[in-house]
Amino acid sequence: MKQQDIQLDSQGRLRHFLTIEGLKRNILTDILDTAENFSTVGTRNVKKVPLLRGKTIANLFFEPSTRTRTTFELAAKRLSADVLNINISTSSTTKGESLLDMLRNLEAMHCDMFVVRHNASGAAHFFAKHVAPHISVINGGDGSHAHPTQAMLDMFTIRRHKQDFTKLTVAIVGDILHSRVARSQIHALTTLGVPEVRVIGPQTLIPKDAAGLGVHVYHDMKEGIRDADVVIMLRLQRERMQGALLPSANEYYRTYGLSPSKLRLAKPDAIVMHPGPINRGVEIASSVADGPQSVILEQVTNGIAIRMAVMSMVLGRGPEEEAEE
Amino acid sequence: MPENINVHALLEGMTAALRRRLQEDGIDDPLMIGIQTGGVWVAEALHDKLQLQQPLGKLNISFYRDDFTRIGMHPQVQPSSLPFDVNDRHIILVDDVLHTGRTIRAALNEIFDYGRPASVILAALVVRSGRELPICADIVGEELQLSDRQHVKLTGPDPLKLAIQESK
Repeated sequence: MKQQDIQLDSQGRLRHFLTIEGLKRNILTDILDTAENFSTVGTRNVKKVPLLRGKTIANLFFEPSTRTRTTFELAAKRLSADVLNINISTSSTTKGESLLDMLRNLEAMHCDMFVVRHNASGAAHFFAKHVAPHISVINGGDGSHAHPTQAMLDMFTIRRHKQDFTKLTVAIVGDILHSRVARSQIHALTTLGVPEVRVIGPQTLIPKDAAGLGVHVYHDMKEGIRDADVVIMLRLQRERMQGALLPSANEYYRTYGLSPSKLRLAKPDAIVMHPGPINRGVEIASSVADGPQSVILEQVTNGIAIRMAVMSMVLGRGPEEEAEE
Repeated sequence: MPENINVHALLEGMTAALRRRLQEDGIDDPLMIGIQTGGVWVAEALHDKLQLQQPLGKLNISFYRDDFTRIGMHPQVQPSSLPFDVNDRHIILVDDVLHTGRTIRAALNEIFDYGRPASVILAALVVRSGRELPICADIVGEELQLSDRQHVKLTGPDPLKLAIQESK
């Protein structure tokens, strides 16, 4: 017996956004198309649409974040919602309040949506399982599990440059094992029909079940990057290096850092992506990060449109019973 | 009730009326904006016939609708594109059917988020009964008295056709 996806309502519409895994291609495409509509709002005189006027969105960040939190906040504000930023490491959990108690308190303040970032995998699911029926939860990154809005903004950036997903070779390089970004990207890429997804990294940083995700594993970067249309570099999480999983930053750069000469092995019009924050000279050369093939700052801009799209889709579903159009 | 409305003839009439209106008001370089999707088709035809200099603007009013939480998103509709500065310009806003007036309310709100136009006049291919807001068209193709159960729909873009349907 298959349990119904907690992310979907009875009519199959997005109710929460927790993970890409299990979502159908049409939902991902709807998110991309809706984001396309929102992408012009930021360039206008008044950078705001009244769609979510009167809604209250709480950003619950249990883990530090600059890009993700600010782009969620900007997205909510551009939709005219009211935003509450709660930095939990400095809040009541230090006073011993349980997650569930915190949730009930926020519900009592009539919030309509929670954006949750947490260092434990499954945190956003936990919230989604326990919230009142009218509240939506968006995963802003949970442990090493998923970061679905990041993956969707990456898909949006790829589509803007490459149009047809079904003809692409995409290489993801770095610490795949600990990366919620990579995991969500792999699900998104395969769902959107990308025929060749490669993951490149040292054996210690590639998950054992990688092949089961429908990707090809490479340990030699020069081989893996060859003829790629899209090269996605991941941040080397320096905090992991103490765990003896890696030699040194210098050594890492030599083997898995994206240098101009390695980039030349990819297609001449390949784009270079990175979810940020970048470690210059560790996973990517400065000249590549700032070079003509880099779309890293576009990714940041696109993050706002994607987050606007997801927020408006989950809060603007309409009633559960089919309304007459 | 006219079964077959000649859209072509309506567009000719609207073009002539628009010319007169622009002349009376002393406007020589107006901007034209069509509302997605049907309004853009009508606007394309009028833009062509009037031989306007500026490119045609297109408005997707989804984000300004007052019934958003009831009907949700329609990502299929093309995004808004106003390839000009609306500040201090005279604008001709075009839609296919003026019914409740809510679409025009939303469109005006969106235009004002791009800037402050000098004036806006409204041109509608069909003006039907059922207004719920104090909004009226300046340039009218055809006026129709319809019941709540009757719907008028424009299909296109080539050829443009108007049909009246009855719901149960």
